[in-house]
Amino acid sequence: MGNRHHAAAHPSRRALRALFRVRPESGAAPAIELRGIDKSFGTVRANRGVSLSVAKGSITGIVGENGAGKSTLMSILYGLYEADAGEILVDGQAVRMRGPADAIARGIGMVHQHFMLVAPFTVLENLVLGAEGGAVLRRGLAAARAELARLASEYGLSVDPDAVVGDLSVGEQQRVEILKVLFRGARVLILDEPSAVLTPQETDQLFRILATLKERGVTVLLITHKLREIMAATDTVFVMRQGEVVAERRTADTNPEELAELMVGRKVRLTLEKDAVATGDVLLKAEKLDLTDSRGVKLLDGVDLELRAGEIVGIAGVSGNGQTELLQILSGIRRPTGGRLQVRGRVIDTSHPTDPAEMRTLGLCHVPEDRQRQGMVAPFRAAETSILGYHKLKPFTRRGLLDHVATTAHCGLLMERFDVRPPIPALRSSSFSGGNQQKLVLAREMDRTPRILLVGQPTRGVDIGAIEFIHRQLVAARDAGCAVLVVSVELDEILSLSDRIVVMFGGRIVGELPAAKADERTLGLMMANAHA
Amino acid sequence: MSAAPRRALPPWAEIGLLPLVNVALALITVGIIVMAIGVDPLRALNLLVVGALGSSEAIGYTLYYATNFAFTGLAVAVAFHAGLFNIGGEGQAYIGGLGAGLCVLALDRFLPGVIVVPLAILAAAAFGAAWAAVPAWLQAHRGSHIVITTIMFNFVAAALMVYLMVNVLIAPGSMTPQSRGFEGTRMPAMHEVLAALGITVAQSALNLSILLAIVCCVGVWAFLWHTPWGYALRTMGHNPDAATYAGNDLKKLTMIAMCLSGALAGFVGVNEILGVHQRLVLDFTAGYGFAGIAVSLMGRNHPLGIALAALLFGALQQGGAELAFEIPAMTREMVVVIQGLVILFSGALANLPRPWLQALLARVRRA
Ligand SMILES: Nc1ncnc2c1ncn2[C@@H]1O[C@H](COP(=O)(O)OP(=O)(O)OP(=O)(O)O)[C@@H](O)[C@H]1O
Ligand SMILES: [Mg+2]
Repeated sequence: MGNRHHAAAHPSRRALRALFRVRPESGAAPAIELRGIDKSFGTVRANRGVSLSVAKGSITGIVGENGAGKSTLMSILYGLYEADAGEILVDGQAVRMRGPADAIARGIGMVHQHFMLVAPFTVLENLVLGAEGGAVLRRGLAAARAELARLASEYGLSVDPDAVVGDLSVGEQQRVEILKVLFRGARVLILDEPSAVLTPQETDQLFRILATLKERGVTVLLITHKLREIMAATDTVFVMRQGEVVAERRTADTNPEELAELMVGRKVRLTLEKDAVATGDVLLKAEKLDLTDSRGVKLLDGVDLELRAGEIVGIAGVSGNGQTELLQILSGIRRPTGGRLQVRGRVIDTSHPTDPAEMRTLGLCHVPEDRQRQGMVAPFRAAETSILGYHKLKPFTRRGLLDHVATTAHCGLLMERFDVRPPIPALRSSSFSGGNQQKLVLAREMDRTPRILLVGQPTRGVDIGAIEFIHRQLVAARDAGCAVLVVSVELDEILSLSDRIVVMFGGRIVGELPAAKADERTLGLMMANAHA
Repeated sequence: MSAAPRRALPPWAEIGLLPLVNVALALITVGIIVMAIGVDPLRALNLLVVGALGSSEAIGYTLYYATNFAFTGLAVAVAFHAGLFNIGGEGQAYIGGLGAGLCVLALDRFLPGVIVVPLAILAAAAFGAAWAAVPAWLQAHRGSHIVITTIMFNFVAAALMVYLMVNVLIAPGSMTPQSRGFEGTRMPAMHEVLAALGITVAQSALNLSILLAIVCCVGVWAFLWHTPWGYALRTMGHNPDAATYAGNDLKKLTMIAMCLSGALAGFVGVNEILGVHQRLVLDFTAGYGFAGIAVSLMGRNHPLGIALAALLFGALQQGGAELAFEIPAMTREMVVVIQGLVILFSGALANLPRPWLQALLARVRRA
């Protein structure tokens, strides 16, 4: 949509257009206006001439493919990066953001996808961190407590101020992050993929909170890959592609299909087609797996599970009900405290433990749930990350020495096959956008043509075009006789991918049903363990 | 996802410019202090440089000191890449020297030097590695923090050496705690080797250990970035969770990293015992182990950087000694202050000029 750029160049036309734009608080200057923002990282142009304006008291969505430049744009607005060119206007005034402190002073707050909380501190202590209000902590805390109560009642954000953050669920931690931002007086809230880590229930709660914030006049900028959320919550939506804003739509005037097409530049099939399942031998069998942690808490309780060649088994469940631990045990990272595991004939129990290296030799590959903590090494070049777990194998190691040429070539191939952007094997792993990191990890594991594939949150943070692609790859692996286990908090994903669905609750398997018989309602009830 | 640093320096500025600016800042501060005690800073600087590089003898000593700094700097770096802080270089160097010495004392009367010297080098590595292996094992299997245990092992090493030298290894009839001199076994001195090649240089403590140091620099570089073990080690150093996920045994990696680190530190014993003293003595490590932390820090944990930092530290050591000799007001303590300031500015305050450099580079680029 070229007119965005023209708008920046012709103030009079912009003024004219502004007259016709719907504004919840008419007459006021936009809460945020960006004009011609440019940002490059080396040769990568992350933002080019981005102009957009956000009305006060609105919820504005930003969508776009992985690597489109959404996070970069928000980081510029929040003062984490400095734009190479362009202007930022807050409430109609041009400002320069030298750092987050400037942004906070202007009433702009950001909730990061990876929370910045101190786990052993209480909610209240986290809240005042960096804003202690004088040398006497107690006085600051008392004032903060009163303010917290006010915020909680005004915005409907209830959290126990004395709870230890490490004990809170992910959804609650996110609420603390939002409170932290509001506590510092933010009137503009930036949320970068806030629902990526939430369960559907927590997501519903989050959007209720956002609605309340909007009612109270807070402006919200929301980045998400879930078009459902865009349609439900936003007033306006901007579509970004390859660093540019390519479209602006009033949410009421658009639909998911149009947005998807604008993002990807082609039609996206939002439903997955697959052939009937043809299962083969049992490749992995878990019998009465137990896991008790050092404090004596039972994390897994008598888990029985079978994986057959040629099927996709989906594990549904509210996160934190043992799925993470199950994946850790099945992949050899953690040892069960009881029970037995058979992987392609190899028997594993407490007296015959295993490790991830052996599991790989058995043809079991694992895409970890948390790609940043486990799946990659942030400062490594993408090429180095692309051999994580396989670095001792040929051709990556030859005669005791790493073969960087082979590794780089391999990484280039993975990037091409999985459309990782930018396709530069020498780039630092952490320089890739979230979705592209995920694609790289997936590519690495799927490239081994595993017999058993464990996948945690396969499409977390991935754009819809890539979701379509990843789902088709998983189905192709299954059709080739691989046994696939998918853990996901996305019910849609579980429902559309799986041949068989297993529901976990409280460390136990509380139900199993063929995908054909499952729907969102029955699964929801089982996940809440309502009919156990 | 946006937790990346606000702006990063380009690599050449990171590795080249920043350390230079740091050293310059340290020297300016030194200049002010030197002026305060009534010494002309330019004269002091001149003496320092001439003392370190002004003659073939001065250069010899500078390189000899640099050899020690390179060993301990590499030792710190190898552990650091594995995410471990080895503060025990001092003790490992001490015990490494013990290993070299014991090996020579046991064999020099039966075997020719060309055979004993390589064996003694291996012994230094083995003893240094063994001394690091104990804290490593405690860390890997019992969770005892390696910083604490390696520090404690420095004290244990010092006590052990005193006991051995005073009670066991002391030469019969000797009044000082030192062993008998080695017979026909030593690391050849550089001026002799060069003389044999027809090049005359002044006599100094520099010996062939410096070649070992160069081999170690290249070896560490090759190990860390070109072998699967180095890859695994760096994975663990950056992200232990990912290392576990990848199927590495972190306990084993901890042992490997620390043993290598200890072996490198142990080579200080080669330079000192085989090269210079040619007998076992006390206190030959003289703080090289601790200085290695600063060397590694300044060299950005990269062998090339460490080699350069070791040269700088060697020059400071040698030039500082000359300075103390020439200007009475510049006592040994003043020289230590100079070294301390360089360490301070290039270590703890290394990032101080970063924002200025960033702003400067940004302006230059825009212009
Ligand atoms: N620190 C950095 N160094 C180098 N390149 C970077 C850096 N940060 C981002 N990029 C590049 O800039 C582009 C935009 O990245 P950005 O993170 O803004 O994408 P995004 O739209 O948020 O994608 P996603 O949906 O996957 O999170 C990508 O090509 C990315 O590789
Ligand atoms: Mg992003």
